[in-house]
Amino acid sequence: MTWRRLWAVARKESIQLRRDPRSLALAFAIPALLLVLFGYAISLDVRNLDLAVLDQSRSEASRRLVSTFTSSGYFRVVAQLEAAAEVATTLERGRALLVLTIPPDFEHRLAGGGGAPVQILLDGSDANTATIARNYAQAIVAGFQGAAGPLVEPRTRIWYNETLESRNTIVPGLIAVIMSIIAAMLTALTIAREWERGTMEQLAATPVRRSEVVLGKLLPYVAIGIVDVVAAVLAGRLVFDVPLRGSVVLLAGLSLLFLVAALSWGLFVSAALKSQLLATQAALLTTYLPALLLSGFIFSIAAMPLTLQLATLIVPARYFVAITRGIFLKDVGLAVLWPEALALLVFAVGAVGLALRSFRKQLA
Amino acid sequence: MSVSAGRIVELARKELVQLLRDVRTRALIFAAPVIQLLLFGYAVRTDIRDTALFVVDHDRTTTSQELVEAFVTTGAFRLAGTSDRSDALVRALDAGRAVAGLEIPPGFTRAVEAGRPAAVQLLFDGAESNTATVAQGYAVLIVGDYARARAPGGVTVGGVDLRMRAWFNPTLESRIYNVPGVIALLVLLLCLTLTALAVVREREFGTLDQLMVTPLQPPEFLLGKTIPVALIAVVDLAVITVVAVTWFGIPFRAPLLVMLPASLLFILTGIAMGLLISTMAHTQQEAFMTMFLVLLPSIILSGFFYPIASMPVLFQWLTLANPVRHFLAVVRAAFLRGEGLEGLWVEVTALAIIGIATMGAARWRLRHGSGAT
Repeated sequence: MTWRRLWAVARKESIQLRRDPRSLALAFAIPALLLVLFGYAISLDVRNLDLAVLDQSRSEASRRLVSTFTSSGYFRVVAQLEAAAEVATTLERGRALLVLTIPPDFEHRLAGGGGAPVQILLDGSDANTATIARNYAQAIVAGFQGAAGPLVEPRTRIWYNETLESRNTIVPGLIAVIMSIIAAMLTALTIAREWERGTMEQLAATPVRRSEVVLGKLLPYVAIGIVDVVAAVLAGRLVFDVPLRGSVVLLAGLSLLFLVAALSWGLFVSAALKSQLLATQAALLTTYLPALLLSGFIFSIAAMPLTLQLATLIVPARYFVAITRGIFLKDVGLAVLWPEALALLVFAVGAVGLALRSFRKQLA
Repeated sequence: MSVSAGRIVELARKELVQLLRDVRTRALIFAAPVIQLLLFGYAVRTDIRDTALFVVDHDRTTTSQELVEAFVTTGAFRLAGTSDRSDALVRALDAGRAVAGLEIPPGFTRAVEAGRPAAVQLLFDGAESNTATVAQGYAVLIVGDYARARAPGGVTVGGVDLRMRAWFNPTLESRIYNVPGVIALLVLLLCLTLTALAVVREREFGTLDQLMVTPLQPPEFLLGKTIPVALIAVVDLAVITVVAVTWFGIPFRAPLLVMLPASLLFILTGIAMGLLISTMAHTQQEAFMTMFLVLLPSIILSGFFYPIASMPVLFQWLTLANPVRHFLAVVRAAFLRGEGLEGLWVEVTALAIIGIATMGAARWRLRHGSGAT
């Protein structure tokens, strides 16, 4: 392996990249663009849930209960129902997420001390929001119980993200997910393209070795990936003010490790399948949905069945999500992140090895 | 020249043969979606279960132990570790070994038994804000129940007796809500991957120019590309729906009168999106990347994981152009609530409009962009 030949392959690949300026522009624009779009758009902060009220009591106490709901900020009253018959249609039509029914004898029984029943029906078809709404409602009713303070007072604190601002967790995770997907996409077509266009035969006629081809092809994409990560981190920091508490150097180093792993996986897919169509599909299949659904970005890995938890061990995005969140929010170093770093190292070495193995210069 | 059905059928047949000829493509088309559904069906759970809880008990009595047990018996939490030192909790949260922490102060039992207010400290890993939000709600309820059970005089004196019921999904099982979303995702992915490279590949190979000199008209060309993919997608959708219903026990209350038109329109829209990307791209690489640029927002801004109601108003408007949003609304309403066409015609109409507009754009691009190389 000579550096001169490796450099020549890298230069050739760079020239080819420049000849497809629209793809190159997409490669640079996609991560920051999507990050800004999603950073603004998505939030898990549930507020102003639609509440319909059927107040049959029409008393001072029932009004106080309703205003406890609205003043919490979590609920807003969208409809005052007149008859019990309206309850079902309100939920079925999706006009409200919850219906609070206060029976006629509410005030009377509250004063009598017998436990005044109120009913809440909620639309469970959006289970995510419904669970949060249910917990809020229970806490609000519990708070309404009486003037005497609770016997055991829970003092809750949220660490790393005091206000539970969902953007703070979404942005670092999103950087990891977007990079996982784009990395495989950048390289998945490179070798397959040469096979389809017939330029592989020309390459085969040169003295270049396969390690030189694989590493030479990798280099320009690593450079693009670095620019992407830097742009995404800057966007998170400057546009969204997400705190970057940990070491920037560590983040840079581990990102590089991750890029080598993900880009080499793309090269492997490309070399193994030799068809751009198949490589596209395989790259999407192996990176896209796993990075989105199995990385812990949205769905907690701890809540998955054990076999699936084991399956997530082979999803590199999982480690990168843990790393970006750890460094951004928790200010942890290698002392904590070494298993993730080690896993990425194994992936990087493994993927480069696979790419080298599957890349045969010999023509079939 | 008029559009000929014969030519469309001929092209569609050729495309179908080409797609199904390769064993690897057949596997990707038919086996992959089922495998993915099985995998992701287990993954898409947002209700918390077995959240790792680290306990620091400075009190160490049976009373404090009962509070810890109250957490574990709900199933929402599992004991990830205990210690009598506060800094062990910090380390557990740092390392991600625990997502929640409970610290019981010394003198807790004496305070509870004397009827004096006692405080416990709850800590949550906000880096997982999704889990933290839900876990926090559970924890506060558990502590509240615990306290009320020990309050002198019983539970309901002077209190409100809350009776809560969830409709359509009584256990609030999040999988029932999320699996229909995964179905929509897999179908969209299939439609896009099978079409996004379809036109640009012929352009790169030069076979598009050959087609252009044949009597084949652009609408015939597009229909010929659409029909085989639509057939495959319908078969796949049917198969994965059956798997979702039988394997995951997702209730299927949907009237076919709603599911059929909505599914067909969604599939056609997905194909039209792919064809539009393909007619606009100059290289397969570009088509692939554009597809990614389109795919991720279609999923993230569809209401699948992130509620649309929580988005800024501008984005709520933007999502109206997203076919996945409408299809998801139909699938969820139809699967879970058994809602009929009268409640969903807005979504179905929106799908039709988006589909027709996208296909129209693809047709326009095909005619005006065919000179490009």
